[in-house]
Amino acid sequence: MAANVAKKTAKKTPGQLANFTKGFIKENPVFVFLLGLCPALAVTSTLETSLGMGLLVVFVLVLSNIVVSLIKNFIPKEVKIPSYIVIISTFVTMVGLLTEAYAENLFESLGIFIPLIVVNCLILGRAESFASKNNVVSSAIDGLGMALGFTFALMLIGVSREFLSTGAIAYGEYLPLGVSGSIFNFDTHLFNMAVFGGPAGGFIVIGVILAILQAIDLNKKKKAEIARQKMIEEKKRLALERKRKKELESAGGQA
Amino acid sequence: MTWTVFFTAIFSAMLINNVVLLRFLGVCPFLGVSKKTESALGMSMAVTFVMVVAAAVTYPLYYLVLKPLEIEYVQTIAFILIIASLVQLVEMFIKKFSKKLYKSLGIYLPLITTNCAILGIAVQNITDNYADLYGIGPGFFVAVVTAFGAALGFGLVMFSFSSIRERLDAATNLPESWRGVPVSLIVAGIMALAFLGLGGIV
Repeated sequence: MAANVAKKTAKKTPGQLANFTKGFIKENPVFVFLLGLCPALAVTSTLETSLGMGLLVVFVLVLSNIVVSLIKNFIPKEVKIPSYIVIISTFVTMVGLLTEAYAENLFESLGIFIPLIVVNCLILGRAESFASKNNVVSSAIDGLGMALGFTFALMLIGVSREFLSTGAIAYGEYLPLGVSGSIFNFDTHLFNMAVFGGPAGGFIVIGVILAILQAIDLNKKKKAEIARQKMIEEKKRLALERKRKKELESAGGQA
Repeated sequence: MTWTVFFTAIFSAMLINNVVLLRFLGVCPFLGVSKKTESALGMSMAVTFVMVVAAAVTYPLYYLVLKPLEIEYVQTIAFILIIASLVQLVEMFIKKFSKKLYKSLGIYLPLITTNCAILGIAVQNITDNYADLYGIGPGFFVAVVTAFGAALGFGLVMFSFSSIRERLDAATNLPESWRGVPVSLIVAGIMALAFLGLGGIV
């Protein structure tokens, strides 16, 4: 019995871990599914605004996933999507008011994109495809993983854009950290490409990142294909050898 | 208040503050439904329709209901509910009265609920404070015209982007890792650069 339980938990732990980590690379909402591209383009001109947006999404996604999975059995099928939207927009309103109270600079710079978290396809998508089918714990873990994956993607874009456009990474400007300053400060105005801070740079940076990911993916596939071919050849060789051996043996037997 | 206000509103919403390329609203349908020119046009028509109606409904809702009751903070919930039900209503209405229109727009309508451009323009109309600038009544018309201009801008960009994309798909000398979405994003970036140049018109 005890062994059985142990087996079950052992089976469950990697499941939950994979459930948590899948959002980072393998099922990254931005880079793989192209979900939530609007905020990924609009608020990533600096690292801090990207991080702030990511944190707001973490908050909203985890809570909305928990609530949706708690009340999934009480919602009639016909009004599923509207009720999810109401739940999500409640949390978005809460998060907006909290940001306005505690991080006013962030609130000002995110602007219209705070109410627009409601229509972020990532959140509605997780509510519909995961939280409405799974229990509370795994829904919460899924929400946390996916939202952190989203944050990771946003921060990657934000770091590249801020560095290319200003030559430095500033901190403490939008988030209430208590300290402010900047790291990697290349204070030469030679390398600053202001276009990356603007709208065009957002598209280009995401395009380049996606191209790199696609190249890595293609490379992996090519390697796997080569390995597969090698394995097939090896198997063919072995089979041929066996066949020859048999023929030799049978020839020997006849003689 | 003259006609110039309306023309300025249309041109600024359509070209100078283009929803997709310069304000990043509605990027999901911009990338998702732009593989064929036909579907891009269908989507733009559906968006135009819903965007104008949504602006015409949410503006009075804010100034006649939410503001007098001092519950402006439920703006997001109220607006998204209005838009979701509006989309449903429009879908039913079109289905009943024009089978042909339903066939061409029907599949795009459910997608519009999660199109951030609709909610974005509705919220923007409130935060831009047309009511203070022009008065509540005339502000309504400016809001509707802005929504129409934004939808026109969306359609313009959708149409040109999908035409470029159709040609890109036929291109064979493109490196393999850039095919598909990456190169489309680069194209969108270059288009955004071109639209930046229109900044001086008005």
